[in-house]
Amino acid sequence: MASNPMYQFNVYRIGPEIKLGSVDISFTNASLFMVISSLAILIIFNLGAKKKTLIPDKLQLLSELSYTFVAKMISDTAGSKAKPYFSFIFSLFMFVLFCNMFGMIPYAFTVTSHIIVTFVLAAFIFIGVTIIGFMKHGLGYLKLFVPSGVPMVLLPLIVVIEIISYLSRPISLSVRLFANMMAGHTMMKVFGGFVISLGIVGGWLPLSFSVALTGLEILVAFLQAYVFAILTCIYLNDALNLHH
Amino acid sequence: MFKKIIILVFFTCFACFNTVFAAESGGMPQLNPEFWISQIFWLIITFGILFIVLTKVILPKISDNLETRKSQILENIETADKQKEESQKKIDEYEKIILDSKIKAKNYFNEAREKILEDINKKRSALEKDLDEEISSVENELSELRNKSGEKINKIAAETSAELIKELIGEEVNSSSIAAIVEDQAKLNKERKDVV
Repeated sequence: MASNPMYQFNVYRIGPEIKLGSVDISFTNASLFMVISSLAILIIFNLGAKKKTLIPDKLQLLSELSYTFVAKMISDTAGSKAKPYFSFIFSLFMFVLFCNMFGMIPYAFTVTSHIIVTFVLAAFIFIGVTIIGFMKHGLGYLKLFVPSGVPMVLLPLIVVIEIISYLSRPISLSVRLFANMMAGHTMMKVFGGFVISLGIVGGWLPLSFSVALTGLEILVAFLQAYVFAILTCIYLNDALNLHH
Repeated sequence: MFKKIIILVFFTCFACFNTVFAAESGGMPQLNPEFWISQIFWLIITFGILFIVLTKVILPKISDNLETRKSQILENIETADKQKEESQKKIDEYEKIILDSKIKAKNYFNEAREKILEDINKKRSALEKDLDEEISSVENELSELRNKSGEKINKIAAETSAELIKELIGEEVNSSSIAAIVEDQAKLNKERKDVV
């Protein structure tokens, strides 16, 4: 059972079964790692924000660098109008990053490898961005689907394509993160299984591959969090500054 | 590129393993909706708390800290600039003082030299005046003597010629006529000399 590479994604109940009406909202291993990630973020950044020295110590430097990193990312992609949404994008980036990174610990559960989690985040972003767009521009936000400088003949086709691409945003956003996480972790599990099955004679090749994959996965964990956050910024940019 | 390779490898692996483990696993646990609501519920709770605490407590602190650091650094740079300016001013003053004192020293030197030169000139001119006076008085004496010597020579010549005549002819001749002759002769001599 444990040699199944998909087994690591199983969700199971921890503690008693909690029911809200007829809905099961029990505390699971996924919930546990969400709580751990959030707590880790809060503790690290609280410690980093506590001391207010002119020359920062390590934690303070970490928190300040993250702050400026995200702030720069937002101002580069979405401009100064996106400042009110800074804290949301910061929390989003940190949450995804920490969930990805905690998933890299052996025997840990990867929250972001579940499509439902990433889809809820992406859907929330999609709905939020759409609401912001309509609030800022009214019905003028629909101009997003009509790019300027397109010949009239092609316009119906382009508008349809634009609407489909807009509606597929939450799916692409969530599937990108989910698929990357699941693929990486499955690969690592598969190669780990090869090490065991090939034994001391032939196990070295998959072992070295597994080590390399671990490095790659840490990179992917960071990169996917970054991509998730920056795509959110780009969608927000579309809603705040209509370019079309 | 990497992503493509990974996903490709994953799907081949997944296809293989899915056939192998199909009996016991039943596909992807992600697609099992048993705990979906629970995951959504806990996601909203944890992410909500994270978002609220970060927004209300932690991020303002960090941004405050960054702002104060920025302003403090700017302040420090400003004071440093001010102090630099002041020190530059002081250096300028110092250089000016040194230059002034150099010029003063030069002036003193020049004044002293001029004074000395004046003194020397005064003394020299006084000395030259004295010398000139003395020379002119001596010259006067000399010319007087020379003038007088002509008369004396004439007298002596008259006397000697009277004596000579007395010796030669044994008779006294009138001394005044002799003197007149001598004088005439002397005049002639003089004229001849002047002509020559």
